[in-house]
Amino acid sequence: MTSLDPMAPVPFRVLRTDRETADTFTLELAPDEGGPPFGFRPGQFNMLYVFGKGEAPISISGDPGRRDRLVHTTRVVGAVTAGMGALKKGDVLGVRGPFGTAWPVDETAGSDVIFIAGGIGLAPLRPAILHVLANRRRYGRVVLLYGARTPEDVLYRRDLRRWRAELDMDVYVTVDRASRDWHGDVGVVTALVPRIPFDRDNCVAMLCGPEVMMRFAVLELLKRGIPASMVHLSMERNMKCAVGFCGHCQVGPHFVCKDGPVFRYDELARLLKIREV
Amino acid sequence: MGFSERETLVVDANAPGAIVSALNRAGFEVIGPTVESGSVVYGPISTGENLPRGFTDTQEPGHYRLNPHADGSYFGYVVGPHSWKRYLHPPAVRLFAARREGKGFALEAQPQEAPPRAFFGVRPCELAAIARQDRIFLGGAQPDPTYRTNREGAFLVAVQCGRAGGTCFCASMGTGPRAAAGFDLALTELSDGGRHEFVVEIGSPRGRDILAKVPHRLATEDDLNAAAAVTARAQAGMGRSLEAEGLPKALLAGLESPRWETTAARCLSCANCTMVCPTCFCTTVEDTTDLTGDHAERWRRWDSCFTLDFSYIHGGAVRRTTASRYRQWLTHKFATWFEQFGESGCVGCGRCITWCPAGIDVTEEARAFRTGSAPKERT
Ligand SMILES: Cc1cc2nc3c(=O)[nH]c(=O)nc-3n(C[C@H](O)[C@H](O)[C@H](O)COP(=O)(O)OP(=O)(O)OC[C@H]3O[C@@H](n4cnc5c(N)ncnc54)[C@H](O)[C@@H]3O)c2cc1C
Ligand code: SF4
Ligand code: SF4
Ligand code: FES
Repeated sequence: MTSLDPMAPVPFRVLRTDRETADTFTLELAPDEGGPPFGFRPGQFNMLYVFGKGEAPISISGDPGRRDRLVHTTRVVGAVTAGMGALKKGDVLGVRGPFGTAWPVDETAGSDVIFIAGGIGLAPLRPAILHVLANRRRYGRVVLLYGARTPEDVLYRRDLRRWRAELDMDVYVTVDRASRDWHGDVGVVTALVPRIPFDRDNCVAMLCGPEVMMRFAVLELLKRGIPASMVHLSMERNMKCAVGFCGHCQVGPHFVCKDGPVFRYDELARLLKIREV
Repeated sequence: MGFSERETLVVDANAPGAIVSALNRAGFEVIGPTVESGSVVYGPISTGENLPRGFTDTQEPGHYRLNPHADGSYFGYVVGPHSWKRYLHPPAVRLFAARREGKGFALEAQPQEAPPRAFFGVRPCELAAIARQDRIFLGGAQPDPTYRTNREGAFLVAVQCGRAGGTCFCASMGTGPRAAAGFDLALTELSDGGRHEFVVEIGSPRGRDILAKVPHRLATEDDLNAAAAVTARAQAGMGRSLEAEGLPKALLAGLESPRWETTAARCLSCANCTMVCPTCFCTTVEDTTDLTGDHAERWRRWDSCFTLDFSYIHGGAVRRTTASRYRQWLTHKFATWFEQFGESGCVGCGRCITWCPAGIDVTEEARAFRTGSAPKERT
């Protein structure tokens, strides 16, 4: 076994765990025994291995400017993510990566940036948001639309408060179902699209969330005149290898693990309209 | 075709055994055709005695039968349910073992590699299938270590086909019945009119070294003509064909055709077609621990796009219906594979037709889309 084996995980140690919501948590990791710093591009993901339990693709959600910390936010939905959720400070997790394509944050400097996130979809967008804010002068307007199921499901509350306090960033948060103490927007995130300010001839949109949410959000964006080639979305598919060998992640001709997860909408437009591709 | 440019020799009817022995002596584990439960499969062979002489096969959609054949030829049958991917891209591979250490874990060294292997009796369509998998596993930025190890030293003894099987369509896929390259040695069996000899094409220096240990003579013009006639006969007798030109476009235009439902009504979603296909490469990964929980392993196993779990994500499988899974298989083989790897995912070996319990014939399915007998997209 050489360290070159693309299927061999590298041990990382848990430095910190944070509970975001009832079913979602954030892990901060660093290479065990002080390995080299971990560089990645916003939008990329890792395969995270829980010893003996299995592996899951999880997007990197930390600040791309901080290479000493690897950050992942995960929602518990099955065996592996539950195993990850049980990890404590000092425990070890296997990491393979980073894999996949990135949000076009550098290519789009100078334009307005619209982020649209649904649920856990805010996690893969967070590095792009942090990158844009760290280089704020290089971009036009910056807008974030974020939809969660209930107020209790809102992730990254600290970040959202900070981002909202920025005078040059518009943050809209909406929930599907409100509780009594929620005074913000209620309804699907796509309903916010008609309200937001942007220059349709000079803007880029980045979307991550459930596929139906992305489909409807794209339709709203296109209605407002954004070219399909300026809309980018991150796709989720079953993944067993992340290196183009297992075949599980295919959508039409694309391997989501290496041709994605971030795609330009016009590359997928037709496939997204067909059921069960 | 192409004989005169390559060194060609003639060996006698004992040569297959002599080549197997020479390969054994050169340190190769030889894998070749053997008969098991009524079909020709690939397994270890140590002498020429192990080779199934005097057999031919009948293959039809959903039907395979091995029959005795009076002429005592070595290669009267064509491909069976096995393909060389069993050895190059094995059905189950341990990718690593790991042991818990404190709160962490360490990967354990993998066991020794197997000795280099020689594949004896590789058909032209199978050489093409190996080339397809080479592109998948070795053609990218990072090669697959398992495949590379198995493939690197492999010695290929090809057999040019003298008879098309009942489900073969290699001629229309441009992969057979004669291979022009990709082998170390290629045998053409001449067993007509009381004659029993082999014309041998030398494909590599190490092929020449092995054949130097087997009694031989230089091929004459007549020998070469006789060998060319053997494969011409196979080509002429090929009952099936698939017109690949324009097929990717036709299939992709028909992604919403009702034809998928028609086929799905017959398909059992059993995955046989993907298991026997020599180019299908999909796998799953299984992570396990022993009872103590201190030793973990990761295994990679063949998987199939026909299973429901293949496409599970939170919220359910992406491809829930058999129609969507059959569509995934057919469009991958005949359309999207071109976009991914610049060639067809099918080499025309016919295995998926023969081993489909429902007798679904990919050439017929493809034709339905090409000729438009499949209604176009519903709107
Ligand atoms: C590129 C990419 C990035 C991702 N990023 C993130 C991220 O940042 N954060 C995050 O939380 N998630 C992310 N995901 C999703 C995450 O990978 C999955 O939630 C995770 O793999 C689930 O693994 P598991 O073993 O915990 O669940 P599994 O046990 O694999 O179950 C997953 C889901 O599949 C269904 N399922 C599985 N098997 C069956 C079955 N036999 N029958 C019926 N249903 C079944 C279940 O409904 C379950 O909800 C990402 C996915 C991709 C592809
Ligand atoms: S699709 Fe069928 S005919 Fe084509 S290579 Fe695979 S098994 Fe052979
Ligand atoms: S096409 Fe035939 S072999 Fe393939 S899954 Fe369907 S029934 Fe099985
Ligand atoms: S995850 Fe294995 S091919 Fe993409």
